[in-house]
Amino acid sequence: MYAAELVGVTKRFGPVLANDGIDLAVARGEVHAVVGENGAGKSTLMSILYGLHRPDAGEVRRDGNRIVLRSPTDAIRHGLGMVHQRFRLFPGLTVAENIVIGAEPVRNGRLDRAAANEAVAALSERYGLRADPSALVGGLPVGVRQRVEILRALYRDAEVLILDEPTAVLTPGETDRLFEVLRTVAATGVSILLVTHKLSEVLAVGDRVTVLRQGRVTGRFTASETDADELVNAMIGRSLTPPVPRRARPPVGDPLLEVRDLTVRDADGVARLSEVSFAVRPGEIVGLAGVAGSGQRELVDSVTGLRGAVPGVFLAGTPVLAGRDPRVAYVPEDRHGRATAPEMSVAENVLMGAQRDLASRWTLPRARVRARARDLVDRFSISAASVDTPIGALSGGNAQKAVLARELTRPSTVVVAEEPTQGVDVGVRERVHALLRTARDEGAAILLQSSELSELRDLADRILVLYEGRVIAEFPGDATETELGRAMTGATG
Amino acid sequence: MNIFEWSFLAGVLTATAPVLLAALGGLLCQVAGVFNIALEGQLLWGAFVAVVVSDLTGSAWTGVVGAVAATVLFSALLSGPSVALRADPIVVAVGLNLLALGLTAFLMRQIFGSGGTYSSPDLAGLPDLGELGVDVPVLRDQSPLVPVALLLVVVMAAWLTRTRSGLRLRAVGQHLDAAQAVGLRVSGYRHGVTLVAGALCGLAGAQLSLGNVTLFSEGMSAGRGWIAVVAVMLSGVRPYRLLLACLLFGVAEAFGFRLQGAGLPQQAADAAPYVITLAALVLAAVARRRRRSYEHA
Repeated sequence: MYAAELVGVTKRFGPVLANDGIDLAVARGEVHAVVGENGAGKSTLMSILYGLHRPDAGEVRRDGNRIVLRSPTDAIRHGLGMVHQRFRLFPGLTVAENIVIGAEPVRNGRLDRAAANEAVAALSERYGLRADPSALVGGLPVGVRQRVEILRALYRDAEVLILDEPTAVLTPGETDRLFEVLRTVAATGVSILLVTHKLSEVLAVGDRVTVLRQGRVTGRFTASETDADELVNAMIGRSLTPPVPRRARPPVGDPLLEVRDLTVRDADGVARLSEVSFAVRPGEIVGLAGVAGSGQRELVDSVTGLRGAVPGVFLAGTPVLAGRDPRVAYVPEDRHGRATAPEMSVAENVLMGAQRDLASRWTLPRARVRARARDLVDRFSISAASVDTPIGALSGGNAQKAVLARELTRPSTVVVAEEPTQGVDVGVRERVHALLRTARDEGAAILLQSSELSELRDLADRILVLYEGRVIAEFPGDATETELGRAMTGATG
Repeated sequence: MNIFEWSFLAGVLTATAPVLLAALGGLLCQVAGVFNIALEGQLLWGAFVAVVVSDLTGSAWTGVVGAVAATVLFSALLSGPSVALRADPIVVAVGLNLLALGLTAFLMRQIFGSGGTYSSPDLAGLPDLGELGVDVPVLRDQSPLVPVALLLVVVMAAWLTRTRSGLRLRAVGQHLDAAQAVGLRVSGYRHGVTLVAGALCGLAGAQLSLGNVTLFSEGMSAGRGWIAVVAVMLSGVRPYRLLLACLLFGVAEAFGFRLQGAGLPQQAADAAPYVITLAALVLAAVARRRRRSYEHA
């Protein structure tokens, strides 16, 4: 008997068949990975299991019994818990309050804080999930917030725990810790459904794997008996093209981007970057590694001109311009904040920055704007219902391709990319990498910041490691993850 | 003029009470994430109904009960459309404020036969605490609703931090989706706070028309509901800070009365509370910006 089963689940949204007769069964105490590209139907399926959507056909079973889920409340009552990709936490409440809310201990009509703190401490202890019960959630690092979400589900006696892309927001270290926790939790008999598109994670932590493509199950595997190639095949229906070999020829020419003794202080006078120096030459990709908060944000903002005309940053030999230096193409990490205006259309979003080229004397002809957008949509194979669709309605991968379409068609010679493949599936990732390689081959100088070491190793000619605002090490592009990981924690030599 | 005279402090409390009661309602809404700017209209409506019911029945307490009940109903006009039908709460609230202004003026003519100001010997005002045997200098000349308002500050603070429903209210206000995801009946809480705010505005109105004075005149809320909104914004949704913000307004109004006594033009004295409110808003905005620039660095 399975802890949770989805049997013949079908769900249609208008013309889109999101789930098409999906069967999925999770055994007790198992870590079951659900993988697939964006839009393969993973999220819909999990939403059905958590009572957020109702299936058009098929049913949900718990311990072999059919259950009907009308809301998350029903799901919680049936022992289902979910850790959402965008955390559902209350920043102004404490850790303990966030965990017990909805099932608070009460004594004499009053909230029993002592009991709440005790219960949370006991859970923390039991599952090895450390979190201070009285800390305010708003001030906690992302990894700890995620622990709070997991603890909340466990507090509500979840026997089936669904995690939606849990590692998208975590650093490599935090990811490892999460996996340890998941193993501990599973060992107590809780079933875990891990939704992801990172195959290395599936193989590292999963017991079994179900692969979805276009709303159907295209493969079921036992993690220990499969490999990444087999999974990719099931996910995208073909094999990935083998990675392009690194070019042997070293980049030549004067640096297009040069940073000299850059020191950046925050308003309190604390140095966020200290004496950072490096150069990126035409046709070169320089990777930037480091634990989150090591100065990446400050460096990127300095190089793009967003921090103003910072002394020490030179583009093709002249100082960076304040605002947003037009010589820099910038692919920001924050896709629906910095990179796009989510409520504006695809056409308007890809236009931004190029509007002067299309404007006639007084007006911005819509026909020209849309034609240009259609051209970019074709060239970058962005799938959008139309160029008038709000960009926020696109999948993460398509929105990211639109951002790249805008940035890489600018007449810029320097490209700054931050986490360019965060939250996108393998197919898009491959495409993004190809685009960056093409830009490099055409002579762009690229600064690539990524928390995924495999990405840096695939793309970068050199990798700089930031630690506490300093470049503490530089590696060739084929450095091992172990070497890089050690340097990221400040271990030199 | 000695501003530490008992009579001055008593004046401060009198001026503070209606604003504080309305602001407590606004604070409650704010906690649950409902931006309630209909306090002004509800306050005026409460003041009107209190006078009508008191005049008809000859009992001030019946007037208070009537005002509370009628204002709860009135506030349902806000909670219904904005919570259940997802109308823009700002638009609905503006509508309510205008409705209260027009409806009270109209009904006043229908019921009392003339507009402007209504006052009559039949109209029973709330008793002074002195008459009820309270012999504390500051409170002697206050209506019983004044200590009630002060007590409600304490009750509200305890409710929000120490009870289950208080915790849930704060949660609803902070993250709607998350509150839904943990199984809270979100719209129930939002309806609830809007109606409770209506009750508090009813009390505020009754205090204004049967406590501070014993009469009704058109538009007598005179911006107090708006000042309550400002007080909520200044309070950072903390009840004790809300009390301070309302007291600031009370001091300004009482001080205005004194200035008038000292020969300053009435218009200048009347403007005092609003000038102070504006100054407080500017100072708060400056302080907030300064704080933010640290956080964002």
